[in-house]
Amino acid sequence: MRITQGCFSFLPDLTGDQIRSQVQYCLDKGWAVNIEFTDDPHPRNTYWEMWGLPMFDLHDAAGIMRELAECRRVYGDRYIRISGFDSSHGWESVRISFIVNRPAYEGGFRLDRQEAVGRNIRYSTRAYAAERPEGERYQS
Amino acid sequence: MALSSLQAVPDDVPREAAPSSVDLRSEFEAVDIASILAQLDKELIGLVPVKTRIREIASLLLVERIRRKMSLASTYPTLHMSFTGNPGTGKTTVALRTAGILHRLGFVRRGHVINVTRDDLVGQYIGHTAPKTKEILKKAMGGVLFIDEAYYLYRPENERDYGQEAIEILLQVMESQREDLVVILAGYSDRMERFFGSNPGFRSRIAHHIDFPDYTDAELLSIAEMMLAEQNYQFSSDARDAFIRYIALRKGQPLFSNARSIRNALDRIRLRQANRLVCDLDRILTSDELTSIEAGDVLASRVFSKGSDTSARRS
Repeated sequence: MRITQGCFSFLPDLTGDQIRSQVQYCLDKGWAVNIEFTDDPHPRNTYWEMWGLPMFDLHDAAGIMRELAECRRVYGDRYIRISGFDSSHGWESVRISFIVNRPAYEGGFRLDRQEAVGRNIRYSTRAYAAERPEGERYQS
Repeated sequence: MALSSLQAVPDDVPREAAPSSVDLRSEFEAVDIASILAQLDKELIGLVPVKTRIREIASLLLVERIRRKMSLASTYPTLHMSFTGNPGTGKTTVALRTAGILHRLGFVRRGHVINVTRDDLVGQYIGHTAPKTKEILKKAMGGVLFIDEAYYLYRPENERDYGQEAIEILLQVMESQREDLVVILAGYSDRMERFFGSNPGFRSRIAHHIDFPDYTDAELLSIAEMMLAEQNYQFSSDARDAFIRYIALRKGQPLFSNARSIRNALDRIRLRQANRLVCDLDRILTSDELTSIEAGDVLASRVFSKGSDTSARRS
């Protein structure tokens, strides 16, 4: 099942040039661009690990594309996303976030139903991938 | 998701056919490097060999740009440069202008200049250098990385110095990301010569070695007059003569750094002028008095009283 989180996730995967122009857009707006990765695809997993530090004071996307290539080389089998953080007063939050790398096979989620008191049903979702230990989840 | 309902974007947009002839003048005017070169001529006094070289590089790049349009160029030209010369000869100023020229011609995408020295590139402990250097390189991407006093990167007397690590990362990026970044090294001639001698990789990756000559006395005087004019001051004719003598004396003293020494001298002359005006409070000042610098303001400098005494070096 294709994960749809953040911007552009209902579109076909972005090409290198498209990623570059999005990153350049963030830089032109003065946002700090971050690269994050994870292998836990659950939508409530907000704590992705960071690749290096947030990249402040950059002018050109080339530096970030270089870091992204490096991150893909190491964690190419996981989800990688790029986010742009706006530090200006009143925003101080992430303004854009989009997935730039996916595992070759996305296993999807299992839906658990729990019958609770009074005919209530509680639902929970669990990624099939998360059943394996971290770091081995998307290795074939 | 109704992905199928989205219009497919054609991958291969038909490219414009390469033109077989190009109007050189319109191309020259389109990028407007003439105005940058004219500004270079106007704002920088002297430095004839440097200007000639910059002009040559600009012409080469213009031709290269046209060749690329006509799909004749095969490889991306190497643009890394080394500026050697004594302090205060305008290396940083020329680097800024060069960035402007490269930007106009489309050889760097943003045209900003990141000015660094050894401290910004080399770390203090093991594992500190690589992230630090990469950070700076990322900031400089799309522009010009100006490394002042580049020879400090390499310290042969300490074999465990982290400078070597920074040099290796620099060399790698200079080679592999030539289209993203232009590196300009700057420093004193003799030390740069030794630096290149012990790092042959650098010499071969740098296409343009430009030597900045020292200014002559007459050039220093016109620099001083230009600096004063920018701040709405002017020499009286006596003060001008005194300043000519000042230049001759100051040049013979240690730690003379060309235009920078002149700027510092002018700052102190303005100080003395202001002091002279404030000493006599009971009068009406005219704008002439406020703008003119008298011989006394110049002659009060310690350069005249102590001659070549080393204690006069900061005067």
